[in-house]
Amino acid sequence: MQKYIIRRLIQAVPLLFGVTVVAFLIVQAIPGGALGAYGVESGASGDDLARLEEQLGLNKPLHEQYFTWMGRFVLGDWGRTLITRQPVDRLIGEAFSRTILLISASVIIGLSLGVAFGVISAVRRYSALDMLVTTVSFVGLSVPVFWSGLVLILIFSVRLNWLPGGGMFTPGQPYSLLDRLEHMILPVAALSFPIAGEYTRYVRSSLLDTLGQDYVLTAFSKGLRFRTVLVRHALRNSLIPLVTILALQLPWMVSGLVVTESIFTWPGMGRLLWTAALQHDYPMMMAITVLVAVAVLSFNLLADIVYALLDPRIAYE
Amino acid sequence: MSDISTPSSMDSLSMGEPRSYSWLILKKFSRHRLAALGLFVITILVASAILVDVISPYDPLRINMRWRLQPPSVAHPFGTDDLGRDQLARSMLGGRVSLSVGMLAMAVSLIVGVSIGSVAGYFGGIIDNVLMRFTDIMFMFPPIVMAMIFVTIVGQTLTALAFVIGIVSWMGLARLVRASFLSLKEEEYVLAARAIGVGNARIMLRHILPNALGTIIVAATLGITRAILLESGLSYLGLGIQVPLPSWGSMLYLAQGQLTTATWLSIVPGLLIFASVLSINFVGDGLRDAFDPRTTL
Repeated sequence: MQKYIIRRLIQAVPLLFGVTVVAFLIVQAIPGGALGAYGVESGASGDDLARLEEQLGLNKPLHEQYFTWMGRFVLGDWGRTLITRQPVDRLIGEAFSRTILLISASVIIGLSLGVAFGVISAVRRYSALDMLVTTVSFVGLSVPVFWSGLVLILIFSVRLNWLPGGGMFTPGQPYSLLDRLEHMILPVAALSFPIAGEYTRYVRSSLLDTLGQDYVLTAFSKGLRFRTVLVRHALRNSLIPLVTILALQLPWMVSGLVVTESIFTWPGMGRLLWTAALQHDYPMMMAITVLVAVAVLSFNLLADIVYALLDPRIAYE
Repeated sequence: MSDISTPSSMDSLSMGEPRSYSWLILKKFSRHRLAALGLFVITILVASAILVDVISPYDPLRINMRWRLQPPSVAHPFGTDDLGRDQLARSMLGGRVSLSVGMLAMAVSLIVGVSIGSVAGYFGGIIDNVLMRFTDIMFMFPPIVMAMIFVTIVGQTLTALAFVIGIVSWMGLARLVRASFLSLKEEEYVLAARAIGVGNARIMLRHILPNALGTIIVAATLGITRAILLESGLSYLGLGIQVPLPSWGSMLYLAQGQLTTATWLSIVPGLLIFASVLSINFVGDGLRDAFDPRTTL
């Protein structure tokens, strides 16, 4: 087992290297290249530009430039934003935990709902309830997050005035958990709906597959109660692949996250990325891109390892 | 359901009248009620997108300040926007933009994904290794993040958007195509073709690809919904289609200023995105069932 984990970690190294190389190549493609990426406006004279290139090492060969760029990145020197000239690393540091808060709440809620409804749907296959759950999960998959977000704001914030329509806290008030939760309800609802839809469909079909397996039949013929077979035999095995599905879905979930943060003015990384894109603020965009790619990579690695821990059928050699 | 005692169907049963594979798929597909409904809705949306100039009495781009912000009425079923433009006509034109970006983007990601996946799966070895590691690397970059960067570089025209969306979302397809090529190349008919001297390119295109088509069609159908959602998301964020051309997403973007005063401007485009994505999802589900050999007639 230990060997397997170590091997996976070693395999991730070239992948990480590749991810940073691709990110670096994207930096080269943006207008102004790495100069633009470090927030140096043009408008300087030709002489100045040449001197700047010399200073920043842009006249060096590409691979040397890559290592310089990477070295700076690892050390946390991510440049400054183009317009406000704030250090990128500080802004991201503030936004990071807020985004984690939003996405983990949404994944936990979406996943729990998905498992619950998927199980109900599979156990009562072809019933009216199953039809209803399946239809609603299709709706969850198809409704654009920015629109369901708008509708939620219109109903619960504008019409009923029950919940705040944006932000993370009420300005001017001291921090309170209740206030934070109130601000989280609508964005989490909008973001977890498609997640729940995806998992309902997945759990339903996976559980139906498992219920048809021989060992489930064996468990039934031993005279075990339905609930015991469902929970101890079938569900345990059909939930393991969820870890992998979650990792595969993560890149697409980021879309929902960016959109949700912009609608609900949630001051996280998605919103930072959005404002950066509107202002063509490349230092900020590059830093977020690299961070997100590394996060997806780590999460995939983690999912592989967790999967191996949960499923004894995986061979470690 | 149908009356099996009629002579014609008796004949087809007893004589085993040859039916083509595509006939079987179509037959299975038409059994799926939600898929048929989805296909119907999509047909209407596509037809109105194509025919907007013919059937709409209003010019979707024409500004008429005397008619600004009219709520839905008989003359303007979807109301008018803050520049007095008819929202029904704009929704139809917006559909043309959104649906064509979705399909064009899918075409781009099909070309890239199928090429990479089929070459990797067919040749295996080092080629497979290199191509798949590249796919793994690209998979780590969330589509919307890459799309936001590329859009600021290549611009926000319809073709640029379609190209960008296609380029950032081919990875899943490549993996899928590789997997089916990997198993199909071991089939005996491939061996037979190779034995009589058929070249690699011809084996891939004529012998393996048609058998992988079911998987590819289902994945591509569902891929269109992701492309439509990505386009409308980008446009909603102001990073997609530019004025005066509308897309459903950019109509929502423009409607934000009147969110509380002119609700219809935000409701209608969202409903259209939702309806088209839901319909395509239903169609995809129906196709999945139709291509699944375990589904019986």
